[in-house]
Amino acid sequence: METDTIAAISTPVGEAGIAVIRVSGPESIPIVDTLYKGKASLKEADTHTVHYGHILEPKSGDTIDEVLVTVMKKPRTFTREDVVEISCHGGMVPVQGVLEALLSAGARLAEPGEFTKRAFLNGRIDLSQAEAVIDLIRSKTDRAARVAMHQAEGRLSRLVRRLRQEILEMLAHLAVNVDYPEYDAEEMTAQLLLDRVRSIGKEIDGLLVTARQGKIFREGIATVIIGRPNVGKSSLLNALAQENKAIVTEIPGTTRDVIEEYVNVRGIPLRLVDTAGIRETEDVVERIGVERSHQALNEADLVLLLLNYAEPLDEDDRQLLRLIREHSAIVVVNKTDLEPELDVGEVKELIGDLPLITTSLKEERGLDQLEEAISDLFMEGKARSADATYVSNARHIHLLQQARQNVDDAIRGIESEMPLDMVEIDLKNAWESLGEIIGDAVAEDLIDQIFSQFCLGK
Amino acid sequence: MPRSGDNFDVIVIGAGHAGCEAALASARMGCSTLLLTLSLDTIAYMPCNPSVGGPAKGHVVREVDALGGEMAKNIDKTHIQMRMLNTGKGPAVYALRAQADKVLYQQEMKKTLESEPHLVLHQNMVEQLIVRDGVCSGVKTRTGAEYFSKTVVLTTGTYLRGKVIIGDLTYESGPNNQQPAINLAHNLHELGFDTVRFKTGTPPRVNKNTIETDRMEIQPGDDEPRAFSYETTNYRMDQLPCWLTYTNEKTHDFIRDNLHRAPMYSGKIEGQGPRYCPSIEDKIVRFADKNRHQIFLEPEGRETMEMYVQGLSTSLPEDIQQSILRTIDGLEKAEMMRTGYAIEYDAIVPTQLWPSLETKRVENLFTAGQINGTSGYEEATAQGIMAGINAARKVQDKDPVVLDRSQAYIGVLIDDLVTKGTNEPYRLLTSRAEYRLLLRHDNADLRLTELGYEIGLISEERYARFTAKREAIDEEIERLRQTKVKPTPEVQSLLRELGSSELDNAVELSKLIRRPEIKYEHIVRMAPPERPVAPDVAEQVEIQLKYEGYIKKSLQQVEKMKKMENKRIPEWVDYDQVTGISSEAREKLNRVRPLSLGQASRISGVNPSDISILLVTIEQGGTSRASV
Repeated sequence: METDTIAAISTPVGEAGIAVIRVSGPESIPIVDTLYKGKASLKEADTHTVHYGHILEPKSGDTIDEVLVTVMKKPRTFTREDVVEISCHGGMVPVQGVLEALLSAGARLAEPGEFTKRAFLNGRIDLSQAEAVIDLIRSKTDRAARVAMHQAEGRLSRLVRRLRQEILEMLAHLAVNVDYPEYDAEEMTAQLLLDRVRSIGKEIDGLLVTARQGKIFREGIATVIIGRPNVGKSSLLNALAQENKAIVTEIPGTTRDVIEEYVNVRGIPLRLVDTAGIRETEDVVERIGVERSHQALNEADLVLLLLNYAEPLDEDDRQLLRLIREHSAIVVVNKTDLEPELDVGEVKELIGDLPLITTSLKEERGLDQLEEAISDLFMEGKARSADATYVSNARHIHLLQQARQNVDDAIRGIESEMPLDMVEIDLKNAWESLGEIIGDAVAEDLIDQIFSQFCLGK
Repeated sequence: MPRSGDNFDVIVIGAGHAGCEAALASARMGCSTLLLTLSLDTIAYMPCNPSVGGPAKGHVVREVDALGGEMAKNIDKTHIQMRMLNTGKGPAVYALRAQADKVLYQQEMKKTLESEPHLVLHQNMVEQLIVRDGVCSGVKTRTGAEYFSKTVVLTTGTYLRGKVIIGDLTYESGPNNQQPAINLAHNLHELGFDTVRFKTGTPPRVNKNTIETDRMEIQPGDDEPRAFSYETTNYRMDQLPCWLTYTNEKTHDFIRDNLHRAPMYSGKIEGQGPRYCPSIEDKIVRFADKNRHQIFLEPEGRETMEMYVQGLSTSLPEDIQQSILRTIDGLEKAEMMRTGYAIEYDAIVPTQLWPSLETKRVENLFTAGQINGTSGYEEATAQGIMAGINAARKVQDKDPVVLDRSQAYIGVLIDDLVTKGTNEPYRLLTSRAEYRLLLRHDNADLRLTELGYEIGLISEERYARFTAKREAIDEEIERLRQTKVKPTPEVQSLLRELGSSELDNAVELSKLIRRPEIKYEHIVRMAPPERPVAPDVAEQVEIQLKYEGYIKKSLQQVEKMKKMENKRIPEWVDYDQVTGISSEAREKLNRVRPLSLGQASRISGVNPSDISILLVTIEQGGTSRASV
């Protein structure tokens, strides 16, 4: 037995009408077959075929669910192992029932990401593709799915490879100057190196700019809506959710169940935090006490502060307005359908550069502008093209930052007139940091580069 | 009747650069040692370029010296020129190179071998290793003599099934028309060793009286006295220059027109040649856009007119070689004294060796030098001393000495060989070393003298001198850290004079010396030590403080490496039972049998994921439950 056989539910629970349970490993077909009742045994099935039938509870023989079973034999599968996918009805009961039956028949519950890990270990995909696949699984909006797709296709890999090649050529040049001091290759000068290293630095910066957006696409923008009671927080929430089909997720295990809702605003996923608090306790003043807001603010990527157009600012408002100045925030002046009491001038003075939108949620006015403002805030007006490469994985971001640091060190070294062969240490580190992104081991690349780039010999 | 039955602790086969160091190390460690050579007239012979050292190679010479080897002392006594290369770069890549008087070099080494107690030097051709049950216990010669020993060091150079190729002409031969070793090659096959066929080559030699050096660039030696060995006190200053000229379009056209006569392209050569040492015909083909190549003319010795034509290595036919020479500026009338040739030979696949250089297949048998797939006198020397040390230690029942990649270029070299193998003759390059900044030419003694002393190859006197130097360095560094210099008018004026910015506040000397324009000598002028320090101490103080940031960075990397290096792979690990590793990794791991995870991670074809699986397997303490 090469490895054991693993099984897991591979679609989000409770979200869809159909759920898929995936089984992978050498015993996947026989294990499913012991539970399956259909026209013929799955053992005789051709690869990449779909079979209608039922999954039975092994002990009692009772039907658990009506299913479609897809049999895929290695090596042309995601994990390069035999894979069986069972599509059953999406409810909690049948899904859990099928999974439990599989486990009792000999499969092991897969660890998070284990399918992808196997795909990677079996050489099906490279490391950055593997991580992008994981992101793909987790992606919550269309655009995030596109970003993940690009990485899966090796877009990031290609970019990183090109950067590495540029660094490698510099390293080879430096190495030749060192190893063949009498060879008539032009000497790499500090200025020449500085120019090239700086341009590499800029390219990494470019990738890092997209990293922030990548993170946003993957995790969603943690958004809090704050404001005094009755200012229209739940109306705003409902308006955003209605328009954008909110997905509600419960996260148990905290002191009180925090509820998050995902809404997709012009391709940007907003993760609306603590919506339960807003929905259930709209009337309870202390829940939106300034102190609590303060805490929520610190955890948020985006703050939507609602003010009432029909009421003058009070001290709580002023304090909140001052608080949000250090955050990504949008001030929403609601209830413009009513008589103005609010001193908008004062508000503007208090918030400085922050955007201010006026709405009447009741009359469904202003929501477009708000969405526009959100989009402007996070897309920086330039990254809207779906062609851009986004770096959306925390490990990638970390490694890119590390490479950037290495490049910075190299630049500082050159500027302080360090010998170039020492600066090379930093360049090599940058090359290795980038290499880790695509899972390339440090190989004989440099030696190969030296001898293909330069003509040396006795 | 052949003489027979003599018993030794260690037998060394071959008296080239590897064999000489191996035999000297073993004898000096107190082992009775027999050194067998095909010819007593080719001891420490340099069949190719007349030089020792250069980047990485010069570092190795110093490392061998710090371990108590001979090459450095020998070249210090017999060179005709010395130059420090890369002085415009950082101290890590400064590299000393000497031009050798080939004849003197040989004579001096022979004398040293002859005067060594415990060492017996004997001319005879070894045809067979005496091996029983996978254990080597001696050798048998062509004359039928048998010699017995506890360990054997095999250093066959390019003699194993050596074949010389010049144009259409091929004949069985060692370098420079020496006898090849044919039967020994067959014997190694019988013993089950995998071998590869490698190729190297050498350029023609010309008579100095027939070349016009006045039309070439002169390449003199340094005026400053230089030496490889930390023990050398007598410096030879009477130096001979080398000369630089270039090939031209005429040369290249002529070679292109005659490529069909090049054995490289006619298929006559099957052996894999080194990329870093291509023949001239190879250079013309591979770098067609280059309109000239450098040619260095190097004297082969003081008492000869023979000049080595560096850059013109070739196996083209004799008549073509002569004609090529005549296309080159200053060589129009050159008389070719020796013809250039390519030589093919057998090397054993070095992954069949433990890091001690003992073979995995035959116990008590060590191999060193070109037989292990390397090229170069220095690379051979490095392996020679390590094989000699470990052969002697095995006799003395001690653990082998293995240098790691952060300790020495020697460690890089041997680790590369036994871990990765090589598919071309292997040459050391500074870029092969990950921790180049730590493996400097100036600190070889600090890195290795202690070890050389423990091994028993460094004298008490030298060791005492070494420890005194080490202490002086530490003391002076400490003083520079503790002493602050104030912005006095004298200091400010000195700084101005040096083009350095003036001080605002008092600053530690150790910080001031980091400025690129400030040297130790300037520091001394601002705040002299109680007693002046020796120049070699000053050099260390300056380097260690000036580049402290980079050195620290390197040390951190070493620490990371050591973690993997210290994870030993236990004997019970059976790669065939480890699930989840790729089949390529499985095959390579089975072949190399790495001793540590660090070594395993350097095997090409073994991926990081294979390493994490291995790690998991080891941590779990068994392979049965190993899952991905």
